[in-house]
Amino acid sequence: MKVLVAIKRVVDANVKVRVKADNSAVELANIKMAINPFCEIAIEEAIRLKEKGHASEVLVVSIGPDTCQEQLRTALALGADRALQIKTDESPEPLAVAKLLKAVVDQEQPGMVILGKQSIDGDNNQTGQMLAALTGMPQGTFASEVAIEGDALQVTREIDGGLQKVSLKLPAVVTTDLRLNEPRYASLPNIMKAKRKPLETQTPEDLGIDISPRLTVLEVTNPPERAAGIKVGSVSELVEKLKNDAGVL
Amino acid sequence: MSQSSTKPAFNWEDPFSLETQLTEEERMIRDAAHDYCQGQLKPRVLEANRKEIFHTEIMQELGELGLLGSTLPEQYGGSAVNYVCYGLVAREVERVDSGYRSAMSVQSSLVMHPIYAYGTEEQRMKYLPKLASGEWIGCFGLTEPDVGSDPNNMKTRATKTDGGYVLKGAKMWITNSPVSDVFVVWAKLDGVVRGFILEKGMEGLSAPKIEGKFSLRASITGEIVMEDVFVPDENILPGVEGLAGPFGCLNKARYGIAWGSLGAAEFCWHASRQYTLDRIQFQRPLAANQLIQKKLADMQTEISLGLQGCLQMGRLMDEGRCPVELISLLKRNNCGKALDIARVSRDMHGGNGISDEFDVIRHVMNLEAVNTYEGTHDVHALILGRAQTGIQAFF
Repeated sequence: MKVLVAIKRVVDANVKVRVKADNSAVELANIKMAINPFCEIAIEEAIRLKEKGHASEVLVVSIGPDTCQEQLRTALALGADRALQIKTDESPEPLAVAKLLKAVVDQEQPGMVILGKQSIDGDNNQTGQMLAALTGMPQGTFASEVAIEGDALQVTREIDGGLQKVSLKLPAVVTTDLRLNEPRYASLPNIMKAKRKPLETQTPEDLGIDISPRLTVLEVTNPPERAAGIKVGSVSELVEKLKNDAGVL
Repeated sequence: MSQSSTKPAFNWEDPFSLETQLTEEERMIRDAAHDYCQGQLKPRVLEANRKEIFHTEIMQELGELGLLGSTLPEQYGGSAVNYVCYGLVAREVERVDSGYRSAMSVQSSLVMHPIYAYGTEEQRMKYLPKLASGEWIGCFGLTEPDVGSDPNNMKTRATKTDGGYVLKGAKMWITNSPVSDVFVVWAKLDGVVRGFILEKGMEGLSAPKIEGKFSLRASITGEIVMEDVFVPDENILPGVEGLAGPFGCLNKARYGIAWGSLGAAEFCWHASRQYTLDRIQFQRPLAANQLIQKKLADMQTEISLGLQGCLQMGRLMDEGRCPVELISLLKRNNCGKALDIARVSRDMHGGNGISDEFDVIRHVMNLEAVNTYEGTHDVHALILGRAQTGIQAFF
């Protein structure tokens, strides 16, 4: 079985994000970038499936300018077999990403697609679900455990207030939650070997997909600063504040 | 995404944009080392330093990631990376602790390098793969109780005997020695310095731990005591005679220290910045004071200049054009500056600065050793003095 993993290049999780002076976007110049943490978990899961003998090949795909090849190389260093860059200078919205991935699915016919549940820049949490809808594959989102039994996929999902187990028929789409696994570190010999693994490039036009945006960003701003709290002197004062100032009683 | 303003953005953490001067591969290796060090080494260092524990399993972890002897060819267990990568890794390890970087430097530059550079093919195949995986730990014996900057006066002697050599003497301040399987020891044979590979368990060989260290406490240090140790013929390093042998190794190690010490300095700088931004006195952050900002600017300037120097040194090293004096210059400068930065950072942390929970006092203590070992600050100055006057001022 071939496993397709989609990854995104995002601002490193440890970087303190700054809004550009003109409020058009987040500052990306000279900022450290990395694989989206949820996507890293997706790569790790695919590699483990291969190590357990369930997967025969791990194909990793990313959509973006040539800089995203760095993240694809990292995925190859972690153990993916080959990489595909869908080259564009735009930042496609979730629906466009899902359509591009659908085209890759049609082309590659993977037995499973694993994605991060969301990327830490847009925080949309839509792509996996949209891809499942477009391809007609069943979906197991927010996975904290994945097990293959025969031609069925058992996915434990993290839901509000507990865990839910679903059984999916392969091929299927899985999106990863934080507790699915702990990604390994790339070793130096594997980083060196990653150079020699194949990395192919296609464009949205090659795949016949229109990625023009449906949304317009009006403004990007910092969250409002939290105002300081106040100390109350007595319970009756607290009740009075909750009733009159906060209006919650 | 396009830049909307034409004014170039200043990244305070990386003023020279070191990031964009590295290759993709170098960045990947740096990031892999960073993630391991922050994820796996950092959580262990507080206890290791407080209780003076060297977690030997760290050597196997470093080995699994290919961080031991990383510049050596693959057939010996190396990763065949360039010297810039080796430096970037040293910086990431020392950002956590100079003791861990010391353990890595000794294994890579002082044990694996001489066996690779001066050893026979049999010696390489016997020792290097196991040292690269961390299965074996190695140490390097040059310094003696009475001999530091003047190794030519070493007291350790080797005498030729039937089928090998007999070694007699003692080595002092030896990183890793109490837990070592392999000892690269330098001794005088007929008045000439030669290298020998000793193994744990040889009769007359012992390596007692040195107690009471206030520096590099997360790494173990000991002596090497040789009481008529018989070393077979096949364990002499045939490829080098004289001080060129140990100095060749030390140059590689000093190169790593020049990078590594800046990792420790960067930690202290970032910690000071965050601490003084967070700590409110007189209704405003400490960082709002001119005295504090001046200190931060000094740290930023010294560290970023030092890193830029290291990168150029690494590029020259990779082209085979790096003179040893340049290594002296940067080892001396960066260790001295790192120690200053750590001390000032300790000061900026106020009373909290003396608690190991804030890490900076540990770096201060560590850097006292780093500034001294592998050529003191002063002796490297004399090397640079000799290089520009032609007059040797140390005898």
